[in-house]
Amino acid sequence: MRSALSEQPHGHTPHHPYLQHHFDSMGQQMEASTLGMWVFLVTEIMFFGGLFMAYLVYRHQSPTGFQEASHHLNIYWGAANTAILIISSLTMAFAVRAAQTSQPRAAQVGWLIATMVLGAAFLGIKAIEYAEKFRDRIVPGPYFQWEGLYPKPAEQFYSLYFAMTGLHALHMIIGIGIMTVITIMAWKKQFDGDYYTPVEVAGLYWHFVDIVWIFLFPLLYLIGRHYHAG
Amino acid sequence: MDTTPAPLNYLNNGHTLGSWLLTKDHKRIALLYLLSITVFFFLGGFFALMIRLELLTPAADLVEPDTYNKLFTMHGIIMVFFFLIPSIPAVLGNFLIPIMIGAKDLAFPRINLLSWYIYVLGGLFTIVAAVTGGVDTGWTFYAPYSTSASNSNVILAGLGVFITGFSSILTGLNFIVTVHRMRAPGLTWFRLPLFVWAHYATSLIMILGTPVVAITVLLVAVERGLHLGIFDPALGGDPILFQHLFWFYSHPAVYIMILPAMGVVSELVQAFARKNIFGYAFIAFSSLAIAVIGFLVWGHHLFVSGQSTYAGLVFSIISMFVAIPSAVKVFNWTATLYKGSVSWDSPMLYAFGFIGLFTIGGLTGLFLATLGMDIHMHDTYFIIAHFHYVMVGGAIFGYLGGLHYWWPKITGRMYPEGWAKFACLNIFVGFNLTFFPQFIVGYLGMPRRYAMYAPEFQVYNVLSTAGATILGIGYLIPMIYFVWSLKHAPLAGPNPWGARGLEWEIPSPPPTENFAATPIVTAGTHQYAPSHEVGIV
Repeated sequence: MRSALSEQPHGHTPHHPYLQHHFDSMGQQMEASTLGMWVFLVTEIMFFGGLFMAYLVYRHQSPTGFQEASHHLNIYWGAANTAILIISSLTMAFAVRAAQTSQPRAAQVGWLIATMVLGAAFLGIKAIEYAEKFRDRIVPGPYFQWEGLYPKPAEQFYSLYFAMTGLHALHMIIGIGIMTVITIMAWKKQFDGDYYTPVEVAGLYWHFVDIVWIFLFPLLYLIGRHYHAG
Repeated sequence: MDTTPAPLNYLNNGHTLGSWLLTKDHKRIALLYLLSITVFFFLGGFFALMIRLELLTPAADLVEPDTYNKLFTMHGIIMVFFFLIPSIPAVLGNFLIPIMIGAKDLAFPRINLLSWYIYVLGGLFTIVAAVTGGVDTGWTFYAPYSTSASNSNVILAGLGVFITGFSSILTGLNFIVTVHRMRAPGLTWFRLPLFVWAHYATSLIMILGTPVVAITVLLVAVERGLHLGIFDPALGGDPILFQHLFWFYSHPAVYIMILPAMGVVSELVQAFARKNIFGYAFIAFSSLAIAVIGFLVWGHHLFVSGQSTYAGLVFSIISMFVAIPSAVKVFNWTATLYKGSVSWDSPMLYAFGFIGLFTIGGLTGLFLATLGMDIHMHDTYFIIAHFHYVMVGGAIFGYLGGLHYWWPKITGRMYPEGWAKFACLNIFVGFNLTFFPQFIVGYLGMPRRYAMYAPEFQVYNVLSTAGATILGIGYLIPMIYFVWSLKHAPLAGPNPWGARGLEWEIPSPPPTENFAATPIVTAGTHQYAPSHEVGIV
């Protein structure tokens, strides 16, 4: 197959190996990539927004039922997961910093792996919590059992709980997948002060997923803790 | 730009299947989209044909009522999500935006290709849903019908819509970043072609609205599959919430369909009146205004759903505000024609058709935005006629006009102008004959979505079916001559219309990287000097 493009003189001056041909400069490429991720995060806000809207409507319809239901969430696991995610945001920020300041490979890879380990820890705790819910039969569906005063709102609360935390966990899994790719790139010494866009963009995504949890934790676990049903 | 026997362009630069299916060239991806949306257009058209044939007689004699429900559902899903929404943005926008702003490609070529594969995957889900029994919920998937009552392929079709949504999101994201970051030196925002402005506004709706409908149909699928109680009242859910979330996207989605067509018409009117657009900034900002106001009007779909009267009142008033930026555009196009040197080439015929039909569609929208009037008209054929005037008379006329206008640029060859004029007339007559009687029969009270109707409505339905036949033939003619033109029509040259804009300053078809050197722009890209020689080849 003839590849005529490569026969044409590609550029006038030798450019950075990671500059894609349709960009003029590394700066333009970086700006485009980060803007692209920000725009994507806007769509993510709207995506989660539909669920938050449903949560607000149903919480408004049955506030006491939701409060009663939230008592069966384990606040200690939730708090631990919140701490884990906040720390993972810190290690992520260090990873971006390490790439940006051309620190050695060990530093970049180390911070990225730390971030992934924390993310995995979050998912592990989430799995324990889910298992507890299955054991206690408070998973919505035909086998749902509720001892309290408000079984219907409770089932709805747990519908939303599984939908929201499930979607969030899916984002965490995708995030860990992205981090794996970024770590391999860092291992191959691709990042330095001139080119660290992938780390930066992956970091934006990671922070966003953390922030979603920062909203989920109070909405699902904390609001109405002072209230004791029955 | 010297003419060598076979200059290298994006079409002959690689002939293998892989060079098409793995291409990152926005122009080739646009053609991939063109092929696939054409398939869906004729598939959706087939369902429309079946609907019209069934409605020829008052009784349900051609198909069972259950089958009829599936026919109009599949027609709606395919035409809205798989044809109208991607039509102009993914084909013409994809092809033209990088060229119009002097860039080599969109900002994210791989994401652009990915968006096409996502579209195809979503389309396959929908086709499988159609082949294995169809869906009967209506394209709106209203709960609780979609969540518990219907026993058709709701999950499959819902996932199809969900998946395709991401193709639309990625296209919008790509356009926004491209327009922000890839403009050629000197191409300031107010020198951009209005086509680009329209697509920028469209992209805003795509990225803000589509995720909401995505999560909504996903929740319907999850609700059916896992029995989470979100929308189904039997599980404690609220079906009205579904309607709110669905229309929060699906009303703005109407503007995803019409805004790009308005962008096309802005280009056509300038090119064929040989004048600079009248009120450039007003048209540019009216696109943004439509995008913004469009997000605040969804409640007018819920006038009879048990929404509070006050909410209905507010939504009614805001809905009327959309008429203002829409009218700004129509008046500015008309004012552009004034003292213009108007030529009647087929793209311009489509533009004229658009202006007239969109005005009818828009004005009847005002009837429906009026709260009291809508109680009478809701779910009748009046609304069917209204939105087909906007979507077919508007969006499809814009799409066909744009396709004819840029066909020489896309393929390097002209098309037979006589046949094109004939087809345009055919489509115009067929369209009006199909849908104008529906205004009347809807006003008289014929409800939508029934296989049977009262005998006194038959004459209108016969007219409609006759019109649909003419319309269908009108769609087939361009199919034939466009394919024919690929080999047999005369070469177009870089600028067959004597039009302005960066896309007309490069060869047809364009080379793979569009520009030999990044252009430097020193003035608006659409300067039609008064003394410009008129040279149509």
